[in-house]
Amino acid sequence: MSEEVAIAGIGCTGFKSITPDVSYKELMFEAATRAYQDAGGINPRKDVDAFVTCAEDYWEGHSIFDEFVPDQIGAALRHLFTVSSDGMIGLATAYMLIKTGEFSTVVVEAHSKASDVTTFTDIVNFALDPIFNRPLGAHPHYFAGLEMTRFLHETGSTREQCAQVVVKNRKNALCNPYAAHGAQITLEDVLQSEPYFYPLNRLDISPVADGGIVMVLASENAAKKLTDKPVWVRGIGWNSDTSWPESREWGRAVYAELAAEMAYKTAGIRNPQKEVDFAEIDDSFSYKELQHLEALKLCRKGEAGKLTEEGETEIDGDLPVNASGGLLGMGYAIEASGLHRVLETALQLRGEAGKHQICNAKTGVAQIWRGVPTATGAVAVLSTEVK
Amino acid sequence: MKNKMSAKIKEYPGEEVKSSDIKEGKVLTVRYRPNVKYMWSTGVAMSRFLKELKNGKIIATTCNKCGRIMVPPRMFCEQCFKPTDGWTYVKDTGTVNTYSVSFIAGDASRIKEPIIVAVIDLDGASKGMGILHTMSEIDWKKVKFGMKVKAVWKPEKERTGAITDIKYFKPA
Amino acid sequence: MFGKKRVAVVGAGLTLFRRNLKETGREMCYEAAKMALDSAGLTLKDIQSVAYGSAPDAFDGIHMKGENMTDGSGAWRKPFSRVYVGGGTGVFTADAGWWHVASGLFDTCLVVAEEKMSSCYPHPAYAFTTIFDPIMDRPHGTTLIWIFSLEMHRYMHVHGIKKEQIALVSVKNKRNALDHPCAQLGAKITVEDVLNSEIMCWPVQRLDISPTSDGAAAIVLASEDVAKKITDNPVWIDGVGWCIDSTYWTNRDLYYPDYVECAARMAYKMAGIKNPPKEIDVAEPYDPFDYKELHHMEGLLLCKKGEAPKLTQEGVTQRDGDLPINPSGGLLGVGNPIAAAGLMKVCEIFWQLRGEAGKRQVPGDPRTGVAQAWGDLMQYGSVIVMRR
Repeated sequence: MSEEVAIAGIGCTGFKSITPDVSYKELMFEAATRAYQDAGGINPRKDVDAFVTCAEDYWEGHSIFDEFVPDQIGAALRHLFTVSSDGMIGLATAYMLIKTGEFSTVVVEAHSKASDVTTFTDIVNFALDPIFNRPLGAHPHYFAGLEMTRFLHETGSTREQCAQVVVKNRKNALCNPYAAHGAQITLEDVLQSEPYFYPLNRLDISPVADGGIVMVLASENAAKKLTDKPVWVRGIGWNSDTSWPESREWGRAVYAELAAEMAYKTAGIRNPQKEVDFAEIDDSFSYKELQHLEALKLCRKGEAGKLTEEGETEIDGDLPVNASGGLLGMGYAIEASGLHRVLETALQLRGEAGKHQICNAKTGVAQIWRGVPTATGAVAVLSTEVK
Repeated sequence: MKNKMSAKIKEYPGEEVKSSDIKEGKVLTVRYRPNVKYMWSTGVAMSRFLKELKNGKIIATTCNKCGRIMVPPRMFCEQCFKPTDGWTYVKDTGTVNTYSVSFIAGDASRIKEPIIVAVIDLDGASKGMGILHTMSEIDWKKVKFGMKVKAVWKPEKERTGAITDIKYFKPA
Repeated sequence: MFGKKRVAVVGAGLTLFRRNLKETGREMCYEAAKMALDSAGLTLKDIQSVAYGSAPDAFDGIHMKGENMTDGSGAWRKPFSRVYVGGGTGVFTADAGWWHVASGLFDTCLVVAEEKMSSCYPHPAYAFTTIFDPIMDRPHGTTLIWIFSLEMHRYMHVHGIKKEQIALVSVKNKRNALDHPCAQLGAKITVEDVLNSEIMCWPVQRLDISPTSDGAAAIVLASEDVAKKITDNPVWIDGVGWCIDSTYWTNRDLYYPDYVECAARMAYKMAGIKNPPKEIDVAEPYDPFDYKELHHMEGLLLCKKGEAPKLTQEGVTQRDGDLPINPSGGLLGVGNPIAAAGLMKVCEIFWQLRGEAGKRQVPGDPRTGVAQAWGDLMQYGSVIVMRR
């Protein structure tokens, strides 16, 4: 009896380095208005069964942040709640709600107002374990540096291949009107930018951006009434590896492997390399794109660097990866990052990606990692076909 | 089938520690003071609100569909879910919707002079459009529900564009 | 039947609730989760997903604290998600566990709620100052007790309720808590004790409020097929409900919790409950302050608006009354580690419906129970309906 789930409406404000002219409430209102219009003009006061927002207090600067969200997305005195996680896990939650059969239209929201945060690094640091990790007193991104060293060692990938990811994604972002950080940079630019957390240089790390996204998810029957172009959520998975960094397998993104397994299983995908047409994945640090490609089994272990070097992951390559520009090009949007991976996947499937449109996009994979110091991530398999 | 009857459970986990044990260092502790700072963009609605407060005025936004006059102002009507349509000033007088009298500070320590806090429904705004503020120039035992009050503003030079540009409300 | 699969609670666990516990947040999660698993005769291998709930990160002093608690909550290499709706979190986490299983994605879900308020110095109350709007409310030095007292006073004014009537709730719950092994503040007090206690923020006095606490709670959920293999006595989740009201709390009339009614209606519709006072045998509404129990009883449609004090005076809400309310001792008696307190209420309904509540047992073979939590700026209601 259970129906399939689709994305029936998308609204995005676009991403920019700073948004001083609007408050986060006004940003959310714009994204919501666009999404409801896109979803056949639904009225959130009447037509939405539940609202899922994604936020963390310390990114916003307000405790119990869910207090501040209902009005601007039409959920005052309605069934809304907050998931303290990335937007893609919010999407997974909406998916579960619809699968229960009790909810047919569910809204998911996430935004980034990173520019309002003056001590961003200190807040990232605040997520580290207070007893074992914070006392080391180092900038928290050393986590990424440690992982990259191990990854390069285990897979034989090179720093140049990681730098190539940056070149590709920032160039792709120039074709994306939503992206904040499109740029023409060279391999040398990346390799010669200031060393930050060896082996990461400044340009290996995605800069932040502000923006808001709202999506309308619906059950099969409801989606078909709301839109001509439903994007089917064929599979969704999410996973958390150990919270103890000391116990992690540093070369592998285990959370991504397990989340992908879960998503592929539901989607009925047995051979990702053949059945997936493109991917929009987490490249918050350059090496992450390679590590995640391998974890998602979109290439063999150790091969991602080579594929990148050979241009296979360019827009016109065999497996376009981050045609949108990824996080490096669009901007790291904190908890909205996962939703913007889904957004770009959905736009491709709807044929609405404009200058960065991939040909024959039928099945795409969106993936996110929750960032330092977590080992949590999610994967979504989206398609133009319902089954 | 295993069913542990809660009535039969003798021990619930958890080891209590006294605050004095912690202060006296009998328990190992780690201290950390987070450096957490924000500069929130006030956005279109609240920027105007704060600017008007500096001018000694309270401004609201209006929605043509439901007819409400809203304070604090907002660029969207949350009931109709549409952009608000215009701006209008409301009065700096109102009635007490509810009040209470605080004898403690934010960190739960006691304060000498009690603070009277109230939700004041502003005249000129829609029914029930209240704001939170403090009251003064009145014995706390004499405050009444529904009593009429008036804002006492800081002198123009001292106003910075904040809700505290109104010092407090007093009986009208 | 509602949901793709029927969902049952098959085990529950609880740590002590105390002002300071030695255990870290993740250790408390582990203790409660282990106890819940043991009570169901299960191990971590049987758990397919984890739903975790906790309120402000500011207490534990860890940003994204859910991520720090994954292992303690049994989520190593499992799908883990955290929900957070202020004080409503405890009961809402159980609702979240429900959809994990009812969606058909998982057969089992471990639901854990934890709060370590004691980490916040100089006093956890201070962290609450950050829940307020920075432009309209924070500049006054607004504290949590202010908004509660504003609401309490409005409720008293609109219905003409006296403090003596409200104090009866504190007396009842603290006495009930004497029978709860985890309770922080079980005590025999009188109405006079409440009325003579230190005035915090008139009309709120010290004995009207629950303490800040450390604690954790956990329950195990399973789909129908699996539940029937685990226990002869599953307790079904027949209704879930949640609702949030507008952020602009000063634009609302605080005398009645519309958001609790909205959440209750959602849950009652799913559970097929048409006459709540008759069909519900026992209820655990959220009672961080004594007047809140009354406020929520009305919001849960267990009595008419303004009628709750009368029911309390008449003894209807005692354990042996017609509609026992908070037989556990509630937050006032057991303690208030925010999210864990809400889930404690769900545990209580679980034990009550199975006849396992020992000295706290409500007589008469209760079959339908409701737990409710409240949160945010007088804004959030989360409800769960459970049945045997």
